[in-house]
Amino acid sequence: MRGLALLLIVAAGAASAQENKVVLKDAPGRDKAMQCLACHSLDYIQMNSRFLDKAGWTASVNKMINAFGAPIAKEDVDTIATYLAENYGKK
Amino acid sequence: MDRRRILKAAAGALGVAGLREALGAVGSMAELGFAELPDGTLEEQILHALPGKLPLIKKTFRPPNYETPVEYFRTPYTPSKAFFVRWHLAAIPQLAVKDWTLSVGGESAERELRFSFQQLKSEFKPAQVAAVCQCSGNRRGLFEPHVPGVEWGVGAMGNAIWRGVRLKDVLQKAGVKSDALEVVFDGADHGAIAKTPDFVKSIPIEVALDENTLIAFEMNAEPLPHWNGFPARVVVPGWTGTYWVKGLTSVRVVSKPEKNFWMAAAYRLPRGRFKTPSFKSQLTEANEPITTMVVNSLITSLKSGQQQRRGTPLDVRGVAWDGGAGIASVEVSSDGSNWTPAKLGKDLGRYSFRQFSHRVPTPERGAMVIMARATSATGETQVNELVPNPAGYHHNVIQRLYLEIV
Repeated sequence: MRGLALLLIVAAGAASAQENKVVLKDAPGRDKAMQCLACHSLDYIQMNSRFLDKAGWTASVNKMINAFGAPIAKEDVDTIATYLAENYGKK
Repeated sequence: MDRRRILKAAAGALGVAGLREALGAVGSMAELGFAELPDGTLEEQILHALPGKLPLIKKTFRPPNYETPVEYFRTPYTPSKAFFVRWHLAAIPQLAVKDWTLSVGGESAERELRFSFQQLKSEFKPAQVAAVCQCSGNRRGLFEPHVPGVEWGVGAMGNAIWRGVRLKDVLQKAGVKSDALEVVFDGADHGAIAKTPDFVKSIPIEVALDENTLIAFEMNAEPLPHWNGFPARVVVPGWTGTYWVKGLTSVRVVSKPEKNFWMAAAYRLPRGRFKTPSFKSQLTEANEPITTMVVNSLITSLKSGQQQRRGTPLDVRGVAWDGGAGIASVEVSSDGSNWTPAKLGKDLGRYSFRQFSHRVPTPERGAMVIMARATSATGETQVNELVPNPAGYHHNVIQRLYLEIV
């Protein structure tokens, strides 16, 4: 088991320096969309682009709230989905 | 026009691009994987090494999702340090052997037991199995139209020799009551926030009691890497990776279907769309959990778009696998319509990768397509067209590689 001690301890849920290099496009609604960081890195957004329309992004945001308990206010859903559709949506 | 005529016309007049357009593309290579991935995925993914692992194709940093590059599938066993990494939840505690315990019990167990790592290793007979661990969503990124999720290419899988103890031996020590229906696994991981459903999975009791189902401590004769479930994980040969719970802490035998989000809502397929076995206690009218892997193969020796000198035969090599029937044959086509049996490598067990190889003469200058198609011992074979399903599972469309002979 000697080699295993060499594995680094990764703080649960904390963003790494590498992760911090992932940035969202600067556009209206970006601040609200940054709430996604509470649970996951932002590269989930780029990875799922560009094939979802506004309805698709709305469904994704609602899944985060309803299935995963994301602490996002209902009134922010439309702002976030609009931002995602505009910047990471199907053209 | 039939396929063959399209192919001939395209090969003659249009080159690689035309051939691709005419036949449809499953399997052309981008720098780090397959060009059919969503463009946002192609832009964002990079080679990056988690601590203790080799550089892999990073899909997401947190939770960590990393794919194995194709070159590591050129050996029958996938190196542990190159083995793909897939976590649903961001909090992944570093477990220490001296503190770790496994609790075994549940309403359908005769008694509640707790094992230290050493007890588990010493009290039960060792067992091992060569088995493919493949994410249910492997190749999701190749779905057309795209579906949301982790946009995997072809590398959310690997083959290893898993060594540990039989789950059935551990369950028998706890005593399995006659009303036992499912066995439920929990690992040490959890969400970043308390409201996120914990990742908990169950399998049918008869699968839990199968002699090949293990609690594994080692892969490829080394302790499991942290990212692959140290110090112990469930191994359910033939079943997709979602059931292979990592960082295992609890095993419960229950008499009612497990109803948490990860069983009742996630990892489900529309009823009757695939010929895989049913998880009977988990069926609903509309859908059912994914169970075993569908038959599949991957060409590992060639890259789409690659140029090959005329007169030099092509070595088509790769791996094939299925959900546990074993691979009966792999055929290769170099014209889109005629299939020739490839030579199969050593049989390493019915849950393992099976290597294949075939030598193909190169035609005159121009474009050519190389395809491989695996068939299992029960006669299941890879599909020509994608079987759509909303979560993007079971992609086993025949791979098509386009080469240019110069």
